[in-house]
Amino acid sequence: MRGYAGKFAEVDLTTGKVSQVKFEEDLLRKYIGGRGLATKVLWDRLGEKWDKVDPLGPENVLTIFSGPLTGYYPGGRVCISGKSPQSNGIVGSTMAGEFAVELKCAGWDGLIVTGKAEKPSYILMKDSSIEVRNANHVWGKDGKQTLLTLSKEVREEWNKKYPSREWREPSMIYIGPAGENKCRIAGVQGKFAHGAGYGGYGAVMGSKNLKAVLARGTGPLPDAADPDKVYKMIDEASKSLYTNDIFRRWGTGYLGYAVGNTQSSEPVRNWQEEWHDEKSFSVDQFESRVWVKRYWADFGCPTACEKLSVVRVGEFKGAVTDNPDYETQAYVGTNLGIFTPEANVYVNSMIEDLGFCGIQGGNVLGFAGELYQRGILTKEDLGGIDLKWGNAKAFTKLAEMIAFRKGLGDILAEGTYRASLKLSQIKGKDLTKYAVQCKGVSIGAHGIRSGLDYPQLMSYPCSVQGGDHTSVAYLPVTHPSSEHVTLLQDSGVYCMFNQFTVTPQFQIDFLNAVTGFNISFDEWFYEDAKRILTIQRSALLIGGPDASWVGVDDNPPRFYEPLPSGPCKGKTANKNEFEKMKNEYYKELGWDGEGVPTSKSLKELGLEDVDKVLKKKLKL
Amino acid sequence: MSSNTVWIMRDYARCTGCRRCEIACSLYHEKKIWPEASRIKIFMLVPGLEVPHLCTQCHDYPCVEACPTKPKALSVNQKTGAVIVDRDLCISCGKCIRACPGHVPFLHPGDNKATICDLCGGDPQCVKICQEARYDCLRAIPYPVGQGEAVHHRVYAKTPKQITEGLTELIFGEKMEV
Repeated sequence: MRGYAGKFAEVDLTTGKVSQVKFEEDLLRKYIGGRGLATKVLWDRLGEKWDKVDPLGPENVLTIFSGPLTGYYPGGRVCISGKSPQSNGIVGSTMAGEFAVELKCAGWDGLIVTGKAEKPSYILMKDSSIEVRNANHVWGKDGKQTLLTLSKEVREEWNKKYPSREWREPSMIYIGPAGENKCRIAGVQGKFAHGAGYGGYGAVMGSKNLKAVLARGTGPLPDAADPDKVYKMIDEASKSLYTNDIFRRWGTGYLGYAVGNTQSSEPVRNWQEEWHDEKSFSVDQFESRVWVKRYWADFGCPTACEKLSVVRVGEFKGAVTDNPDYETQAYVGTNLGIFTPEANVYVNSMIEDLGFCGIQGGNVLGFAGELYQRGILTKEDLGGIDLKWGNAKAFTKLAEMIAFRKGLGDILAEGTYRASLKLSQIKGKDLTKYAVQCKGVSIGAHGIRSGLDYPQLMSYPCSVQGGDHTSVAYLPVTHPSSEHVTLLQDSGVYCMFNQFTVTPQFQIDFLNAVTGFNISFDEWFYEDAKRILTIQRSALLIGGPDASWVGVDDNPPRFYEPLPSGPCKGKTANKNEFEKMKNEYYKELGWDGEGVPTSKSLKELGLEDVDKVLKKKLKL
Repeated sequence: MSSNTVWIMRDYARCTGCRRCEIACSLYHEKKIWPEASRIKIFMLVPGLEVPHLCTQCHDYPCVEACPTKPKALSVNQKTGAVIVDRDLCISCGKCIRACPGHVPFLHPGDNKATICDLCGGDPQCVKICQEARYDCLRAIPYPVGQGEAVHHRVYAKTPKQITEGLTELIFGEKMEV
């Protein structure tokens, strides 16, 4: 077996038991790693009782996986999954960094966490040794403090214990208070401001009393099947990525102005508009005012689209975040009516410290902002906060209430979808029309109304990951923007932002050079990817205990309102056109008119077990 | 020293933390991607403050001085100025690590022998990849013998902790203990 360390670690936090799990080569060939393999593992373990499994209960399984391409393909990531407390299905949530490279160098392809620790804990993995340790002293601490405290402690301990070298820091994933308090919009975090946000796995870690996982490996990456070819392909990919000058210089950061201004697809004030012309928010302003590090990269990345932002002067002095990338420029910027770099960095910095996903957090804050604008939520409801658009301090104050579940924060902590249902009940009117989400997952900051951005009309409603803008349903499925290609990246576990100058075929060739699997283009798109997506789809449809999604595939109501401003004023999503594309997509994937995978298709994919469970659970 | 010797100049604030220098180094020396065996290591004691850490070739080579074997396992290559380790002679005592003001040498995670940057024989791979990416964090310059105080290696050889604490002031605008 090439490209794999050959074994996974499993920690049962209830008993403290540590064990090893191995997968056969033919299973890995079908499910690769990361999101694909997580889907298989979760379905095998939880499928038959899927609807009963509480995502925030000890019965949920948390997977933290590398993939065979992690460390080889430029731009290392880690993929985190489990039953999602947002969609109640399976979301593969990835984050850039060295964590999964360390895992592989430690001899593990991934970590499976089950049960619930009695007390706040963290897991420390150093090569073959795995320990569950007490995390009482960092429980309640914010993200940056958690990272710096644990990193220093462990490093100093190793320097004393093992004088063979000056020890580097372990790589770490961790949660902030929002995760500890099981906010469904909490992300799993890494470094400063890196996050696996979609899915709400920060809350899953919190529900298991798991504050952090630290990993350090001193071995080499597992051997590749054809090393010479792999090294040649790394070089080829890197050299082509060097030519992507604009992206290297600004990352996605240049979009904060461009997406709004030229594409009219950026959330502005909870998506009431998708256009703005605030030049104060253009990338040159970020670059010259807050970027203290203009090229910041994760393992093996030749692009360095990350930037480090620090506010050095003024009322937001001391705020630290990455880029901010486009998504959080939008979600905790324009979406909250904030149009200055310093205020945007400040809100970013605060919500990261609290442990939120920037997208989910910004979405729920924007939702609350609109209810306040409409007078549905009052200052009194908000504990005295004057939640006016653009008031950065007010929005962070509300974020704090959410993280600690204080007052109204307790309801908003459930995420936009669930909060909109609850508030509709409390206020006695339909507020779900202001919730911009799909399947409980906030929609990424790329709208569909102008028709000028990449997502298609059915991209979010038909995605197996709900509103996840990185994994959208797309026709044709072989297009680089398609969920089928994202799945390759999320399963090989490397960075999607390093695909811009290469083709999907190149990435499949890369996978084959590392693993020796010899997967063809057609096999990936029409068998392997389809199989994984079909399992994800099935889990999503079954959902439960508090939500399921049969027959509800649609865009949020807001996307059918006409755009009120900008050059695309009046444009909106066409419902008939959407229905047409939805049905085309279902057909392509082998799903019926309701989007339920057909028995025929499931059998063709060798998923008879899924067919059986699906029939029973959906009472077909 | 010959005039062909090089020294790897580093500009910490320009390090992206991409670790492709580690990949290049380990591919050259180990024929594998093996970050822990890389002779150059990026320390990230604080995210955003990535520090490339490698031998600075001190003029008086305290690591060589401290090597207790007879003959010494550590010697200076007269052509490049790099410290060369004779792995058969090395007894893995770790004295070179402690003698180094920056704790740069390390015991190799494979054979447990002292391991130090050998400048790839005069054409360092880490520099190549950093230059290729146009980061200019690492540069190979002529070994600055006789340039007086310009580069005093005993000052340059610092632990990652010392370097990082300095960088906190530059990047975050305040002193942090790490």
